[in-house]
Amino acid sequence: MEYVQEVLWILAKIVALILPLFGVVAYLTYAERKVLGWMHHRKGPNRIGFGGLLQPLADAGKMLMKEVMIPAQADKALFVLAPIMAFAPALAAWAVIPFGDGLVVADINVGLLYLLAMTSLGVYGFILAGWSANSKYSMLGAMRTGAQVVSYEIAMGFALVGVLMASGTMNLSDIVRAQEGPFWHWYWLPLFPIFLVYWIAAVAETNRAPFDVAEGESEIVAGYQVEYSGISFGIFFLAEYANMILIGALASVMFFGGWYSPFHGIPVIGPIFDLIPGPIWFIAKIAFFLFLYIWIRATFPRYRYDQIMRLGWKVLIPVTVVWLVVESIFVLTGFGPWF
Amino acid sequence: MLENYLPILVFILFAVGFSIVFLAAGFVLGPQRPNPEKLTPYESGFNAFEDARMKFDVRYYLVAILFIIFDLEVAFLFPWAVVLDEIGGFGIAAMAVFIGILLIGFLYEWKKGALEWE
Repeated sequence: MEYVQEVLWILAKIVALILPLFGVVAYLTYAERKVLGWMHHRKGPNRIGFGGLLQPLADAGKMLMKEVMIPAQADKALFVLAPIMAFAPALAAWAVIPFGDGLVVADINVGLLYLLAMTSLGVYGFILAGWSANSKYSMLGAMRTGAQVVSYEIAMGFALVGVLMASGTMNLSDIVRAQEGPFWHWYWLPLFPIFLVYWIAAVAETNRAPFDVAEGESEIVAGYQVEYSGISFGIFFLAEYANMILIGALASVMFFGGWYSPFHGIPVIGPIFDLIPGPIWFIAKIAFFLFLYIWIRATFPRYRYDQIMRLGWKVLIPVTVVWLVVESIFVLTGFGPWF
Repeated sequence: MLENYLPILVFILFAVGFSIVFLAAGFVLGPQRPNPEKLTPYESGFNAFEDARMKFDVRYYLVAILFIIFDLEVAFLFPWAVVLDEIGGFGIAAMAVFIGILLIGFLYEWKKGALEWE
């Protein structure tokens, strides 16, 4: 009986997290189209609802009502399994993200390891989708996605190690607490090269522009998703956006002080800004990173595939290794307020 | 200790269940009118002429192997980074030897052109 109660309480917390997350995913697609529109000096979606505000709901309805096709030559079981494999880890990873002091579903001490595991699992979804569809475009897209995600995962892993060296814990709440203080106490300052590597790797991990050769609509149509239709395509879409938000949240936790206000601990103005609750600061930081995603997409042309692989292996990995060495010296000397 | 992981288990089950329900909703709400033409793989309007699961470039395989080596290394670095404050200079020296050996291999494969595309 006690267990049932506990599980129900956990479920309530999960639903309280997932439902707003879905709203954010839906309106992130709207925000992306709107912001891209403004950056192109056009209006973006503006027909459905006031200023296009109901557009995401219309899109969701449309996707649900479309036929889900399974190609005749496909491996049917894997073809249906693939979207689930892509989407479930993108949701499950949210279990360890702290929204405020103590506001977390699962406060485990290997949070970062769990996150790395979950984000790595997503690649199975892409590979299974491309392989099972038995279409040449899908296959090419899957190979590209697999190699790209896997390459950037190393750079990202090294970046996470940099944060671990500074914080000395894998618990995400404790990582945030280790950065307590105004914005120059956060890890983006001593770990700036690592933060840049993390962010570039993150954009590549989520297959976003300018590293979106996996989808490359002008060369391989839509890559691994080409045979998917209706809601099975929609689930891949949701997974991509859920991952974007997750990566933004992770960047705020690791480099931008999670739920702390930028002026925390400064006399006079600190307490004024502390009146705004932590989760709001956290969400504002995520929103900033999401805007950055869209901004980058509107600004940079797409990389060529060999350039992407070169950047991952020959630039990002050496940069992180060098900075880890520098950071070891910081740790030994107890440099600044950070170590 | 272990009960901290109960929410993780529940969350994973919930996420899988949620994805399945979502997918099933599409099958239920959408029409199902398959026909042979619709179910052929997309190939820019041509008929598909051979199986898509063909041989692929060996470089993908190489990347996969490199990934395993480096990801293992990252997995070793994780616990090391957490206790770095306690093991201090000795720990850093030990890890420097380990990474040094790995970097020699990395440089070798760089010079051999294993990281070149095209």
